[in-house]
Formats: sequence, C-alpha cells, structure tokens
Amino acid sequence: MAMKSTNLTINTLKRMFKEGKRFDDRKLDEYRKIEVSYDVSNKAEGSARVKIGKTEVIVGIKLAPGTPYPDSLDKGNLMVSGDLLPLASPRFESGPPGFAAIELPRLIDRAIRESHIIELDKLVIKEGEKVWTVFIDIYPLNDDGNLIDAACIGATAALKKAKIPELNENGTADYEKKAKKELPISEGIEPLSISFFKLGDSIIMDPTREEEEACEARITFGLSKWKKQYMINSCQKSKEATFSSAEIEKMMEMLPKKFDHLNEKLKKFF
Amino acid sequence: MAIKRTDGRSLTELRPMIAKVGVIPNADGSAIFSFGDTVAIAAVYGPKQLHPQHMQDPATGILRCTYDLLSFSVHDRKKPGPSRRSQEISKVTEWALSPALDLQGFPNQVVDVQIYVIQADAGTRTAGINAASMALAHAGLPMKDLICSVACGKLDKDIVVDLNKDEEDFKDGEGATDFPLAKFATSDEFTLMQLDGKIQPERVKEVIEAATEACKEIYEVQKKALKEVVKH
Repeated sequence: MAMKSTNLTINTLKRMFKEGKRFDDRKLDEYRKIEVSYDVSNKAEGSARVKIGKTEVIVGIKLAPGTPYPDSLDKGNLMVSGDLLPLASPRFESGPPGFAAIELPRLIDRAIRESHIIELDKLVIKEGEKVWTVFIDIYPLNDDGNLIDAACIGATAALKKAKIPELNENGTADYEKKAKKELPISEGIEPLSISFFKLGDSIIMDPTREEEEACEARITFGLSKWKKQYMINSCQKSKEATFSSAEIEKMMEMLPKKFDHLNEKLKKFF
Repeated sequence: MAIKRTDGRSLTELRPMIAKVGVIPNADGSAIFSFGDTVAIAAVYGPKQLHPQHMQDPATGILRCTYDLLSFSVHDRKKPGPSRRSQEISKVTEWALSPALDLQGFPNQVVDVQIYVIQADAGTRTAGINAASMALAHAGLPMKDLICSVACGKLDKDIVVDLNKDEEDFKDGEGATDFPLAKFATSDEFTLMQLDGKIQPERVKEVIEAATEACKEIYEVQKKALKEVVKH
C-alpha cells in the first residue's frame, strides 16, 4: 500500500529537483550502485539477487514440463509472477494483491517476452503436446524505490544462468539430477527496464522510496537490442500527471544512452 | 513500400467511429463509442459519498474506473469477473482520465466510471476511454478538457493508426507493435502511454504525431455527439 507523501516532502523535493539536487547527492538521472549476485536458491533452475542502493530483489527461474497454449503449439510458455511480500517493507500488506503487485510482474513479462531473449521455439519437448514452461518469480527483499528496474535486471540475470532439467522416462522433470543444458537465450539482447519519474517539471531516475512516492507520474520502458538496433519492447505510464510530447522526445533521446550505460555497469555480472 | 492494410485503410486512417451520449438513463452520464467492430459503453455515477471511509480524501473527490470485457465480446468466452489484465486496464484508464477532471469541489466523494466492452476487435481500452470521457462530460463534471484516445502501432516498419485485431496479430518483419495513447483533446499533454512490441526510440516521435492527428478526428466525433444530446 502506497503511503501519501506530506506536502512538505513534496514541496522540498520539487524545489531540490528544480535545482538539480537530491538528498544523496546524485544527479537527477544517476542510478545508485548496482550489484548482482547469483545462486540465491540451489533448487531454482536459475536465480539472481539484485541490489540498487538499498533496494533488493531476488528472482528465481523454475522450469516445468507443461502443455503449450493453443495459439503457440510450437513454443514453450513463459509465466512471470511475483509478490510484494510484507517481508520487504512496512508498506506491503498481506492479503489479495494490490495494484503494484499486479503491475510489477506484468511489466516484467512484457519487457522479457517482447524482447525475445528466451528462444521459446527451442523449448518444445513434443510438438503440440509438451513444452517447457519458464516461470520467472520476483520477490523484493527490501523496497527502497525503483523496484521495476531492479526486478528486470534480476530477471535478465537469472535467465542467463538458467539450466534446463533432465526429463524422467515418464516425462516429468528430474530435479534431483544436476541440470547441465543451458536455457536457450539470444545473446546481445539484454532486456532492461528503464523508468523515468516526474515531479513538477523535473524528471528523475532511480528514485528512493521517498522520492518515488512524492513523484506525480512514472513511465517505464522495456528496452533491448534487436539486430543491433535499440528497441522499446514495452512501456507503461502510471499515476496522474501527464507527459508532453517534448518530454517524451527527451526521454527517447536518453533511452539508448541509459541502456548502454546500465549494460556497461552490468557487464561484469552478466 | 508501405504495408497494405487488410481492410484497405490508409496508414493514418481510423476505422469508422460511432459515438452516442445518454445511452443509460439511470446513469449521471453515459456514452457509447466504437472504432469499427470495437464497441465500448461507459456510465458515470457520482459524485457520491465514498465508502469505505478510509479511502476518502478531504482535499478532493476521487475518480474510480472499472474496465472489463463482457463474456461474449470475444471469440473464446471470457470468464466473467475481473482479471489481472482488466484490473491493470482499469487503473491506467483512471490515470488517463483523471488529469482532465477537477474534483476539488467534491471532497470525500467519488466518481465511479464503469466501462464495458460489448464487442472486441482491438483497441478496447482506447474506445473505453473515449466513451468514458464523453460520459464524464455528459454528467456535467468540471473538466479541463476532453480526453481522446487511440491505439497507434507499427506493422513491420510502418507507423499505423487504430490497429484492428488482425493487425495486432501481424507477424512479418519487425512484427506488430501496439501503442495505445490518450491525450488532452486541445493540448499536447499525454495521459496514457502503453506499449507492446518492438519500436526504435527515434520512431516514437512519428507515433506521437500520428496519434495527435487521429485525436483531432476523435475529438470532433465526441463533440458532435455531446452537442446532439443538448439539442433534444
């Protein structure tokens, strides 16, 4: 459940952003330190932990044999889910998922699916009957803002390390045997989520929880590389404020630069 | 060479639009809007006292939107009741409409907007937003502007306006990109942006321009329908 920022916080941040300042001395478009580690759970087929500043998210990949969808008989399935556990923040409450808990996995789903980083056509076990379902499950461990960007880094990282389990003779997965076969991943696509947040006339990136809550709008882009071109795969604007076409154009100029910059930072982990 | 659209439209041509206001007598405001075979109906109830009380805002009234597909609006019957998809669209619809509304005169109250799709052929959320925007105006609520909405897109390399279902499923070349947008009718402020597919950042400008032109046409249709109801 989001809490409402006080007018004092909103007005202070608005004034500071206007002067290009932030409480932690970062530039308006500067990300906090990013760290990625792997093997959060040895029961998962792939897993990663991402830290952006104090925000921390773990992502696990599970694979299971399943039936293909009728409109994609020759492809494996992808399912992205997740939850905002009360473990990660006093703002998260147990019970039926709130909007943020519904939106997060849906945004990651679109960014990953539309980038085609997973070669789903190579995940067919028996055409038309049996395919692998790739489950990407996202759990924040500590929420200090910008969860979506962090979750997408986690999903991409975990996919890159994921393995396909062996199959038993009866067609079920043998999770006991050590999986060796790598999940078919297209190299060089590197889907990332890049979000912009707006307060007053200022646009900032990678907000802390306090900053994010004060902001009046967010726009999240899923970006990847396809045939050496930058491609936007997904986008969603949220909250009440609006974006002018000039602001949209400015973000379009920033996107490829930010994408390269983030990937440069992430290279040593991927 | 530009792509040939299955229904023979030019790249920037909208499907035929039909708009009618005042279609639900019980509602404080209502409208129906269609883009070709996509038909959405919207009703506005309120402002009225908001329950549960903890959701009330003493500074302003709030807008609450519900969007869903009727069970028989699609080929494979949709299970009745909200899905994650419909909850997401309800929320983005709320965000698309609320910047145009000024509910500060209605503290602690709510305006409920109900949007249902009767027949779906892509562009259901945008048709729903157009209908809801008219219904809000019909309800006589204080508005800064009407909201106009259209799904633009890219088929392989061509920017197109108002995709139908066949086009949404287009698979050749760079495939189909679905890019629903909403904006203030008379200014350059965008209130809805969603996207699914593959589009180069530098081409987004063309989409914005195409949407702006399309929204001018939608605005005329909305205005005409609103004026008709005043005449009678």
